[in-house]
Amino acid sequence: MKRELSLRFIAAFTVVGLILAPHVFGRFTVSLFNDIGMATLVVLGLVLLSGIGGVISFGQAAFVGIAAYASAWLNTSLGFSPWLGLFFAVGFTATSALIIGALTLRLGGHYLPLSTIAWGLSVPLLFGNIAALGRHSGIIDIAPLQIGGWELLSPVAAFYVIWALVGLVAIFCYNLLDSRTGRVLRAVRGGKVLLASFGADIFLARLKLFVLSAMIAAIAGWLYAHVNRFVSPAPFSLHASIEYVFMMVVGGIADLAGAFAGATVVIALRSVLQDVLPIFSDYAAQIQSVVFSILFILLLHHARGGLLKVLSPWLERKPVRNKVGWAETASSLKRRDLPAKGAPLLKVEGVVKRFRGLVAVNEVSFDISAGEIVGLIGPNGAGKSTMFNLLTGTLPLSGGRIEFLGTEISGKSQKEIALMGIARTFQHVKLRPQMSVLENVALGAHARASSGFLRGGLNLDSTEEASIFAEARHQISRIGLSQRELDNAGSLPLGLQRMVEIARSLASDPMLLILDEPAAGLRKAEKRALSDLLARLREEGVTILIVEHDMEFVMNLVDRLVVMNFGTRLFEGDPAAARADCGVRAAYLGEAA
Amino acid sequence: MTALLEIKDLHVGYGQVEAVLGVSLELEKGQIVSVIGPNGAGKTTLLSACIGLLPSRGTILFDGEPIGGLGVEARVARGLCLVPESRELFGEMSVSDNLLLGAYSKRPTRSELLARRDHVYERFPRLAERRRQRADTLSGGERQMLALGRALMSKPRVLMLDEPSLGLAPLIVEEILRIVHDLRQDGVSVLLVEQNALAALNVSDYGYVLETGEVALHGPSAELISEERIFASYLGGV
Amino acid sequence: MSWDIAMILTVDGLGAASIYLLAGLGLVLVFSVTRVIFVPFGDIAVFGALTLAYLETGRIPPTIALVATLAALTVLVEIVRLIRQGTHAAIPRTVLNWGLLPLLPCLPAMLLAGGDLPTYLTVLLALALVVPITPLMARLVFHPIADASVLVLLIAALVMHFLLSGLGLLFFGPEGFRTQPFLRGAIEVLPGITASYQILLMIGASLVLAALFFVAFERTMIGKALRATALNRVGAQLVGIRPAATATVTFCLASLLAGFVGILIAPATTMYYDSGLAIGLKAFVGAIIGGLSSYPLTALGSLAVGLLESFASFWNGAMKDVIVFSLLIPALLVRSHFSTHAEDDAEEEV
Repeated sequence: MKRELSLRFIAAFTVVGLILAPHVFGRFTVSLFNDIGMATLVVLGLVLLSGIGGVISFGQAAFVGIAAYASAWLNTSLGFSPWLGLFFAVGFTATSALIIGALTLRLGGHYLPLSTIAWGLSVPLLFGNIAALGRHSGIIDIAPLQIGGWELLSPVAAFYVIWALVGLVAIFCYNLLDSRTGRVLRAVRGGKVLLASFGADIFLARLKLFVLSAMIAAIAGWLYAHVNRFVSPAPFSLHASIEYVFMMVVGGIADLAGAFAGATVVIALRSVLQDVLPIFSDYAAQIQSVVFSILFILLLHHARGGLLKVLSPWLERKPVRNKVGWAETASSLKRRDLPAKGAPLLKVEGVVKRFRGLVAVNEVSFDISAGEIVGLIGPNGAGKSTMFNLLTGTLPLSGGRIEFLGTEISGKSQKEIALMGIARTFQHVKLRPQMSVLENVALGAHARASSGFLRGGLNLDSTEEASIFAEARHQISRIGLSQRELDNAGSLPLGLQRMVEIARSLASDPMLLILDEPAAGLRKAEKRALSDLLARLREEGVTILIVEHDMEFVMNLVDRLVVMNFGTRLFEGDPAAARADCGVRAAYLGEAA
Repeated sequence: MTALLEIKDLHVGYGQVEAVLGVSLELEKGQIVSVIGPNGAGKTTLLSACIGLLPSRGTILFDGEPIGGLGVEARVARGLCLVPESRELFGEMSVSDNLLLGAYSKRPTRSELLARRDHVYERFPRLAERRRQRADTLSGGERQMLALGRALMSKPRVLMLDEPSLGLAPLIVEEILRIVHDLRQDGVSVLLVEQNALAALNVSDYGYVLETGEVALHGPSAELISEERIFASYLGGV
Repeated sequence: MSWDIAMILTVDGLGAASIYLLAGLGLVLVFSVTRVIFVPFGDIAVFGALTLAYLETGRIPPTIALVATLAALTVLVEIVRLIRQGTHAAIPRTVLNWGLLPLLPCLPAMLLAGGDLPTYLTVLLALALVVPITPLMARLVFHPIADASVLVLLIAALVMHFLLSGLGLLFFGPEGFRTQPFLRGAIEVLPGITASYQILLMIGASLVLAALFFVAFERTMIGKALRATALNRVGAQLVGIRPAATATVTFCLASLLAGFVGILIAPATTMYYDSGLAIGLKAFVGAIIGGLSSYPLTALGSLAVGLLESFASFWNGAMKDVIVFSLLIPALLVRSHFSTHAEDDAEEEV
């Protein structure tokens, strides 16, 4: 235990070290620190985009370049001050990112990172071919930063500006990640369906991350232009972009602190190699690239988690941060009016789903009334999962209609259906394993609050956060997991994870809860606990549809059963009748041949 | 007589979940053994571990030798063969090419290869009719036949079938199970995983009932058929 | 732009397209079998071109030393791995396969190089020397992470490009080379429009090679095994196809294709150690149009890239690369629109 270093201690040590650094080291070293600071900024944005959002960008240096050139051009051609240049550079870069992002962020799979190569390559080529930007020779004589008439010409002066900005950006990022928007951003890697299930949009979330990371890169680019007072295409090439990815991987992609670690190690190493390699060869620069490549490949082979992961056994285990204290006085979030018990809630009428020639669901109809538990069961391949996807809007219908509270929902998107009050769980549990149980459940309440990006990053959202967390804690107590609310969701056994998913759905204040094979893979005791929980929820007035394969699980729980086989409705009625039904027996056990 | 395939205290898990918890079973030469049980019981996981697609703890003996450390291809080369639930055909290739690749591990001579293919065509005349058609244009039943035929091309000693009846019409299920039954005459031992419990027990010599990753019950198939416990594990006991 | 100019540009474009066709086929082959987006394809092609230039000018190509270095490194790494696994028995075979087999083409090259060789021999030697490079490199870089996500493999491939261009400078030096054309003279294809024999040779050779490639894939067992692996990885394993072996065959084929690309391009453009990335990435634009999976669409894509590049260079020579690379974004958008992959489960990990 004593060997673990507190993160706070490391942070304080780093800050003090940085303040003292310019007084201890020479000019050259301070310049090196300046490079590290600017790279840290870019990599911070990259960690947000890649580590948090799962989008690798091989074009980050292009954004640095756009900002650097924008401010340099404004300053040298029009004579604007660097400070105006900052707004112009960041705004211009953000707009570029918005356009590029809107075009490419819908790309799936590996197509997205590939598209980043396209603009990572094209943008610097463009700089080199525009006469107004000085073509390949670039722009010189850019004004230095000024504070109150005092020009920040020396590396030491720039040092403080750079690191102050690094600090501010890092604090903004940490705050943001610990907010309503930030939780969604951290859930992006869970996929589109997960986000839609609590009423968020994955494309918007990715676009926000993309623009934010470009804006952070823009700050670095602006600093670069006015600290070095010279820009040319080379430092913004694809090569540079890949080096930023390298720094991110070296530091550790999963944590913001990795940005600092990675930038420091890579730039320091490069500086050392620049001193040492010329002793051995005339092609020092190229050997350097060979050495770097080999080191990077070794890193990918042996320590893909990066430095922070390698060091993590010696670092203090991170406590779950929440900037909100446990305010007992938090005002509660708005609730929906629940329909009276027995009122019709969901109406499925003659629903058909065809996949090419195959009819997966054929003319299935059933109703659900408020306050009951209905089981939709059937053997493998009966069409239950398809039915589930039709109900939640994951798949479009081929025929028939589905009504919820008198409104037709066929044709609505998953997100719209979720916002109407139909909450779901997942057969393959979709919790964010690295987030706490509390944060996972808080995600469910996403649509019931409104704080955005800026309020999150600037920490102006504490009242609303308190309400969200009060709601989340209430739902966690409902499933009886208050003891473990600060644990990482991934550390729980499957049975408890299923319960956390139910709590997350409950946090959205749903009118109908649809569970996708909640008993699959559970042990006997876990099934019993789950079934007790569901029975309790029914008593509290929650309406539940269970899509399930396991008959034993639903038999003693549900009010009514709908049995499907080969895409059609085989049976509807109470569980005892289902068990006695010959058709149901045959469907499950096979024809007694 | 030692078993051809012997599994002792096998544990298989993915990530958090352990899906097979200490299963032991034996398959003797020329036997058909069925493994039945409800969804999520761990049947498919068990087969995936046997063929080496999933890592496992415990012992897997094939012909008396441990094969747990071998890769999939090495196990296939020794004569173990899996027809998975998802069939895993080469969709954009012709029926004939799918079959020819089935014998890849044995690298037979050209004439032997074609002879084997003709043998499969004899057994499944419907595949012969569609020899030039792409595999992904076949119907569900034909796909299952192709998957079986591809497996037979390697002349396996142990054939593992995962849910061969899944999603098929009753008539085709009957046909497939009849073929499984016939395989015994060719000296192939079969490990049959089925949800269609009665059908599986009807063609097999011995049966194991899996429940949440453990063997709940085992015995000669004829005895298992009359067990009320099987019914309970599927439909829920009272 | 007059019709004459348009025709001349078309002929040039077809010549370039033939290069991108071969490279595109290589990229699609490697990706479909191994899931590696093989960005450094162009670097290997450059090695081919530079090797040819060395042989032609009567010098010993440094490729020999490069292959020997890579082979030694690979054997070392493999032996360490085998010892760790405790499977010492496999060491002799490893030394044979990874140490001696790749050196096979080095022997005739060392004996013959330095003299005045006939063209066909320089071409053969250059091809033979290039073939071992990719499989050796891939064994070192990709094999240990063969199960990683496409993204990690892509990062590794990008790093490999920097490694190869660095090695290119170390072994071949910074100077550029342009080899003698295999054929001289030109032919009048249309009234007033001539095409050099060399360009016709490029187009013809690449069409013949592409055709051979198709036949090999359709007719041979190895070709079928490669296709099977590309179509269905699990299915391929279940019939006993070893992924590592197919990967090695694939990288050998890719290396051979890259060698051809290098040899065909060497007389047309001056090649430097770092010319590879642009070739690889442009071919890659063509391959993306083919979705990194369809060979016929890749051929069409390469044609589009070749023609676009040729016409763009007429319009604005400096911007032609920007224009070609920008084609990647609409190509990707169209691709992504038609691809039916489940976006949801794509939780890629780095």
